Amino acid sequence: MAGAGGGSNDVQWCFSQVKGAIDDDVAEADIISTVEFNHSGELLATGDKGGRVVIFQQEIENKSQPQCRSEYNVYSTFQSHEPEFDYLKSLEIEEKINKIRWLPQKNAAQFLLSTNDKTIKLWKISERDKRPEGYNLKEEDGRYIDPNTVTALRVPVFRPMDLMVEASPRRVFANAHTYHINSISINSDHETYLSADDLRINLWHQEITDRSFNIVDIKPANMEELTEVITAAEFHPHQCNTFVYSSSKGTIRLCDMRESALCDKYSKLFEEPEDPSNRSFFSEIISSISDVKFSHNGRYMMTRDYLSVKIWDLNMENRPVETYQVHEYLRSKLCSLYENDCIFDKFECCWNGNDSVVMTGSYNNFFRMFDRGQRRDMTLEASRESSKPRQVLKPRKVCAGGKRKKDEISVDSLDFNKKILHTAWHPQDNIIAVATTNNLYIFQDKVN
Amino acid sequence: MFPKGTKRKFSDSGDEPPAGSDDVNQPSSAAVRMLSSYSLQRQSLLDMSLIKLQLCHMLVEPNLCRSVLIANTVRQIQEEMTQDGTWQIMTQALSAANAAAQCSADRLVATEVLCRQTEAAQGEPAPKPFPAVGSEGCSAEEVVVVEEEDEGVEGGVIMSTVSPQAPTAYLPSTFGIDPCWEEETGEEEDEDEDSEECASGSEEGDNDRLVEDSRTAEQVFGTFEIKNPAPSPDPALEELFSDVDASYYDLDTVLTGMQSAPKMGPYDLLESLSSHGPSPLSSSTSCRSDLNELDHIMEIIVGS
Repeated sequence: MAGAGGGSNDVQWCFSQVKGAIDDDVAEADIISTVEFNHSGELLATGDKGGRVVIFQQEIENKSQPQCRSEYNVYSTFQSHEPEFDYLKSLEIEEKINKIRWLPQKNAAQFLLSTNDKTIKLWKISERDKRPEGYNLKEEDGRYIDPNTVTALRVPVFRPMDLMVEASPRRVFANAHTYHINSISINSDHETYLSADDLRINLWHQEITDRSFNIVDIKPANMEELTEVITAAEFHPHQCNTFVYSSSKGTIRLCDMRESALCDKYSKLFEEPEDPSNRSFFSEIISSISDVKFSHNGRYMMTRDYLSVKIWDLNMENRPVETYQVHEYLRSKLCSLYENDCIFDKFECCWNGNDSVVMTGSYNNFFRMFDRGQRRDMTLEASRESSKPRQVLKPRKVCAGGKRKKDEISVDSLDFNKKILHTAWHPQDNIIAVATTNNLYIFQDKVN
Repeated sequence: MFPKGTKRKFSDSGDEPPAGSDDVNQPSSAAVRMLSSYSLQRQSLLDMSLIKLQLCHMLVEPNLCRSVLIANTVRQIQEEMTQDGTWQIMTQALSAANAAAQCSADRLVATEVLCRQTEAAQGEPAPKPFPAVGSEGCSAEEVVVVEEEDEGVEGGVIMSTVSPQAPTAYLPSTFGIDPCWEEETGEEEDEDEDSEECASGSEEGDNDRLVEDSRTAEQVFGTFEIKNPAPSPDPALEELFSDVDASYYDLDTVLTGMQSAPKMGPYDLLESLSSHGPSPLSSSTSCRSDLNELDHIMEIIVGS
């Protein structure tokens, strides 16, 4: 599996770190709900169900060597969103962080957008490692000095102090969404971003909080006719006028904001015709797209539906160019998965730095990688058992039926409570972050 | 004919069908069983979906995507059931027309079921396609009870669509019907009293049959069990009946929309029957006359 900087050597994934509580008793608030690397890969942010954001910073052992072990340590933790109560509807608004997106870095500080169901916030994360000392009118502890006792003047100087990382909310973008926000995406123009809920997409300016423009609205005049919702949306990585949004019916619409103010008419509609041999009552549900991601080069996009990952060429609308089965063995179990609601799980997917490999999660704490160039796939597991330092991960295999080989797991033994919904890939290196229910696993390419 | 064959499964008593009817029924019973198995599956899926939608109501803020997907599934099932119902009516009418010997018996049997259905339906507040979904807070048990009627429902509801008075959908109309009608041998005079007896006596038996049916459904669907399934929301049943102000949720409009969404009422179905009968059936005219006759007979019985 080709890495970003490496050749065509096989990548061996090793355990690097695990974050989070060790015990099996999972506190609801600790459930990880989003994972995102920043643009340099130095910072890794997670959001959880309790509304907190935890940012890890990469500390490289030896910066001079290109390939060396690195560790991610806690950099900042803050409470991004609090639970709210909508008095009009008598409904609680969850504080769960649905998405985090980093802004491209412009100065010393880092900025990220975090969102719950209703409100988006822009956070500034800045470091403070010096502090002024030597005030004339203030003591070190803050007490004021009587000016009459001052006999000489001095200029305060900056002295080093222990590093302090501060997170402060700079903007709050509220009251623009009636339905639950599922996506935010920052535009390549570095000025605007979009937020999408079940029925609408809004365009914001990063500086302006009291106004947003509605660019997509699929709410029917009569709600009784509602049959389709928006599930994800993303801006093109280079073309600031282009964005896509996916639907619960398995379609993706590409829109050009230059065409009209309200992008209800799509420029392109990506849809694969249904396979009639696989038709069932669950066909629509499993075709619902849970995530859409552009490739880094902007030529492809990837969609995740319940059973598969599809790669689309932006120039071909009638079918994907590649389809990868994530867990086809679940196709015969759809009714049970419908019964226990697992069929509604929203898995995310991600590209590696050079768009050669894609990754997505599955059940039983398995996650899957598909090497597009070498046409190979791999199943790995994030578990405490394989958590020895630098332990190489062993590929896993699920036995769909028939005779089960040694080391294989039968479908019936899969734990459907252990699901990996959120994964992230370092933008340059072969470092991945995989979130189980309440733990964050970091795996790295084996260092020679 | 086939109501007896299928109902038998759920009957507690060891009732024997009238002599001779078995021979005549045999050729179609295999097909019927296969059909019933699929219908059972489908019915079970429908019930499950409706319960999920109802539970949706109770959550803090319903997940719109999930609700829309479930609602679409329910709509799909209903459409298919409606279509299948049409097909089976034609088959029934055709076989009733062809097999002269069993004709009268079948019709009377059919009308019994019709009659029972209508009476049961009269007990309902208002026959709607998805009463469990409405804000009346229909008991989850009520919805699941329908499952027991699956096999017999083929015969039951088919007949009901013929009559303009009986409601179209399975759910509301089958409440109260139970297999004890098998004891009837087509004696019209006893019908009404017996139906009432059976209806009242059925409630206790319902719970037993519920358990039986969920097991059957499990056998039908799964050759496996998913370990450690995700814990269901698990609201107390009392909460299902508690006063929920439906206006809070946008979702309600989606669900009320579902109630009106199936455009095919009993009249539409009847029209579609007569307007475009399936081509393999050559005796569509005789079917129509049979339907009218059934209609007529039912009116008489109900009227009395």
